[in-house]
Amino acid sequence: MRIIVPIKQVPETSAVRMDEKTGTMIRDGVEAIVNPLDLYAIEAALLLKASQPEGQCEVIAVSMGPPKAQSAIREAMSMGFDSGVLLSDKKFAGADTWATSYVLAAAIKKLGDVDLIICGERATDGDTGQVGPGIAAWLDLPVGSYVGKIDGLTDGRINVQRLLEDGHEGLEVQLPAVLTVVKEVADPRLPTLRGKQRARKAELTTWNADDLNLPDENLGLNGSPTRVVKIFRPSVTRECEKLIATDDQSINTAADRVLEFLQERELV
Amino acid sequence: MIEVNKNGEVWVFAEQQAGKLTDVPLELLSKARELADILGVKVAGVLLGEGLDELAQKLIHHGADKVYSVDNAKLSHYQTASYTKVICDLIKEYKPQICLFGASHVGRDLAPTVASKMKCGLTADCTDLQIGTHEDKKEKTTHENLMYQIRPAFGGNIIATIVNPTRWPQMATVREGVMPMSECDTKRTGEVIKITEEISDDLLPVTVNDMHREGKTVDLKAARVIVAGGAGVGSKENFDKLKELAHVLGGTIAGSRAAVDLGYVESDYQVGQTGTTVRPALYIAVGISGAIQHIAGMQESAKIIAINNDPEADIFSVAHYGIVGDMNEIVPMLIKSVHSGLNVKTTH
Repeated sequence: MRIIVPIKQVPETSAVRMDEKTGTMIRDGVEAIVNPLDLYAIEAALLLKASQPEGQCEVIAVSMGPPKAQSAIREAMSMGFDSGVLLSDKKFAGADTWATSYVLAAAIKKLGDVDLIICGERATDGDTGQVGPGIAAWLDLPVGSYVGKIDGLTDGRINVQRLLEDGHEGLEVQLPAVLTVVKEVADPRLPTLRGKQRARKAELTTWNADDLNLPDENLGLNGSPTRVVKIFRPSVTRECEKLIATDDQSINTAADRVLEFLQERELV
Repeated sequence: MIEVNKNGEVWVFAEQQAGKLTDVPLELLSKARELADILGVKVAGVLLGEGLDELAQKLIHHGADKVYSVDNAKLSHYQTASYTKVICDLIKEYKPQICLFGASHVGRDLAPTVASKMKCGLTADCTDLQIGTHEDKKEKTTHENLMYQIRPAFGGNIIATIVNPTRWPQMATVREGVMPMSECDTKRTGEVIKITEEISDDLLPVTVNDMHREGKTVDLKAARVIVAGGAGVGSKENFDKLKELAHVLGGTIAGSRAAVDLGYVESDYQVGQTGTTVRPALYIAVGISGAIQHIAGMQESAKIIAINNDPEADIFSVAHYGIVGDMNEIVPMLIKSVHSGLNVKTTH
């Protein structure tokens, strides 16, 4: 069987600068990591692989991004992935979730013979969670979202626990399918030294728009239905009465003052 | 996608679970009403499930002019493929200009699937929606009366306005609690349009074997007092002190996203853009730096007290009252002080 995990390279810090003109993120000069929530998808795929007879399951990472996103794929490989494909083209730049899921779905189609696609619930930068279900729609595959536990594979179906707001439900999903997983699904392993060495030497496949045979009008900023038209820093005007409380006396004073404040406003 | 249709209605996907409407569509109806009144169009609820007549009336009482009701036993439980098919068919037929979805587990599964299929845009977790004009300088065109989809963006302390000028419908998801609950007027009347759809078995590729609903154990929206902790709390043990403070104040605890990620508190307790939006009488923010995503979820609290050891922390910009110092010293003192304050009160 073949499992594909779409991953995203994201900025390590939350301090991202914006290009005021295009309304897209400036990624240069920021340390890049694998989206932390994708690590759970990677681990879930590796556990499924381990549950299959030796040599019967192949796990592949795909990532859309600039050339440096290859390091994200190498990280997946250092954890045990068999191979990876980088989807990189200037034409992909500025894609919203629609145009991103479009390219990822095209790459998954090109890889072919897929049984299962496992996505992290969302990326920590864009924070939308829309790409996983978006991919499923492009490929016309069933989707199990918010999966917190994978119970096992049987006869072309996968049993999972899907988290609800106030509980969970056991689903049996026909393969091929797309799952989006949450943290509860598995504890991501650390890369091994041997894995790292293997990943460093591995030949990665890189595909561009032509390799995927995709029309320009569906790609990147041009292909995106949504436009960021304005970005602003919210100006906050509230007058905050601030007390410094660093020693016993000032802490006492502050605590009493807060109590007064609460009593004035009848909050206690 | 559908063509730009300025006469199109404003739609709210009316999520039901086990035959009951969830809160978020009723909240969205208040915003939909506001947007539709500016645009001069009707508000419609889109209801899928089984035995929907009462629910349809409830949507009308809460502000819908119309309800598209797709009553079918095969739709009683949410499935991505069947729901997507029905919603896409309805969009193609009735060409709404705006579709709003709750950013619930169902809505966040359904809306992106519909967007992919319809080749239209979608913005996640909006904190505000407005109507406005967009000038496309490159194309030298002006788009009037677009829906501004407003959300904190990209990790930075930035709020972005997003539009979808041409590939309609304009779609957005909104978290529970972001919009105020619409008022219920049982005298309101409206039109219920019953839709018959065939649901073939290939639209139901998922079997639901069992379901456990514990009921909501956490109801932050209803709390009068919230004591929330962030990364600055430092440990799960320290978080227990916040529980004690919440207890003496008769409130509940909550956490920022960072606190949830660090495992100090469960995700049900998360306040902010991707958690719950709250408006308690008192919000005490402890060790929370004040990222815009968090502030978006608590800034409408009636009174805000911030405790942080960094005097420059952004949280102080929304607080009415701030204490700069170590929470480990301040919180126990506050607990003591509230205790003694309460004792004084009761002896009066």
